Amino acid sequence: MNSVDFYNETLTSVPTERGFYPYEANGGTSLAIAGEDFCVVASDTRQSNGYLINARYAPKAFKMSEKAVLANSGFAADGNALVRRLTQRIQWYKHSHEKEMSTTALAQLVSNTLYSKRFFPFNTQVLLGGAGVVFSFDPVGSYGLEVCRANGTASALIQPFLDNQVEHKNVQFDDKPRMTLDRAICLAKDAFTSATERDMYTGDHLEIFIIKQDGITIESYPLKKD
Amino acid sequence: MDHHFPLNESPITRTQRPVVTGTSVIALKYRDGVMLAADNLASYGSLARFKDVERLYAVGDFTVIGASGDISDFQYTKHLLDAEMVKEYYINDGHVLGAPHIYEYLSRVMYHRRSQIDPLWNSYVVGGYHNGEGFLGYVDLLGTTYKSSSIATGFGAYLAQPILRKIVEGHENTLSEEEAIDTVERCMRVLFYRDARSINKFQRAKITAQGVEITQPYSLETEWSFGDNRIN
Repeated sequence: MNSVDFYNETLTSVPTERGFYPYEANGGTSLAIAGEDFCVVASDTRQSNGYLINARYAPKAFKMSEKAVLANSGFAADGNALVRRLTQRIQWYKHSHEKEMSTTALAQLVSNTLYSKRFFPFNTQVLLGGAGVVFSFDPVGSYGLEVCRANGTASALIQPFLDNQVEHKNVQFDDKPRMTLDRAICLAKDAFTSATERDMYTGDHLEIFIIKQDGITIESYPLKKD
Repeated sequence: MDHHFPLNESPITRTQRPVVTGTSVIALKYRDGVMLAADNLASYGSLARFKDVERLYAVGDFTVIGASGDISDFQYTKHLLDAEMVKEYYINDGHVLGAPHIYEYLSRVMYHRRSQIDPLWNSYVVGGYHNGEGFLGYVDLLGTTYKSSSIATGFGAYLAQPILRKIVEGHENTLSEEEAIDTVERCMRVLFYRDARSINKFQRAKITAQGVEITQPYSLETEWSFGDNRIN
């Protein structure tokens, strides 16, 4: 005997050719290193699409407040949309509470904003750096405190280097230099110049944000354009 | 087997494909401002259907947008932009929407539509003159945006951008109008030779401190005689 299943009444069909796909990979790499009372957040500025370079200078790291810097990698339109949404919320917070949002509060906000699109995600991996802290997020908002993290197309090249040089993991030797701001900046620059050689999506220009208790400064360096 | 049909059958009006389309738009920054160019063709697949289409559109006195992709979506966008300009005019507070504002507005609209999985199937170049300098930006159907001193959509990204970058990169402030026109014409000639969905009839727009000037459509000299003595 046939029965009608009212819950599954619609005919589902899959189109034989794919329609509009709402994501694209714009390439690029970002990293963040946390020191004791400082933080370094660095991103390259190349935006690409397959074998094309869209732009040589399309920044991926943004100063969100006097305390925090956010770096994206993945789908640039989603990354920029996320920054727009967060910037608005940070302004509202400042007006309501008459103070800057703390980095920990901002981290929770980032997580909530990402999760709000859990079923149509922002296709970006996010890094949030504040004085002495780094938070890293997956595209749907899962986050945690880290000492150092690299995201983006060259993350697999840079992360192991950072693990060894920042956290002194997997070492054969005793020498474990302290993490100073100058060392962190040098590591960031070396990581990017090396990544630029091997990863075609990374290059053109490097922006390093240096976050200290008293404020945020930016250093810029050229990277190879090939 | 029972066939179960949806109770209310209505057409799905999303996730389209482009129908009547425009090909590349190219643009560069030069000493006096910004220059854009696009041919006058709207193709219907492989048919060169409409040969007098203007794909460069002035928005206010100091902005021009160049459109590639679906022409019906471009016409809708023109309507939206006109409406925005009128709304701002009626606020009557002395503020006029300039190129960066049009760029921001377009990028919000395009990103919103892609987030509805109902895109306006276009790639736009926004060129203008604002606060004493040239402005040049790109917005597309995914909401992807970037600013650069040279931009080219579609086939132009492969054929024209290398030429534009070689001439413009580093020389945005020294490139003269004559050099900019020459560069644009070189690129449009290459595109006519190699893009199968292009025609040899195009317009050039320049935006400077003096405002917007869009040329009448014109054509370039081309060389085909190399084929005269072909064996095969």
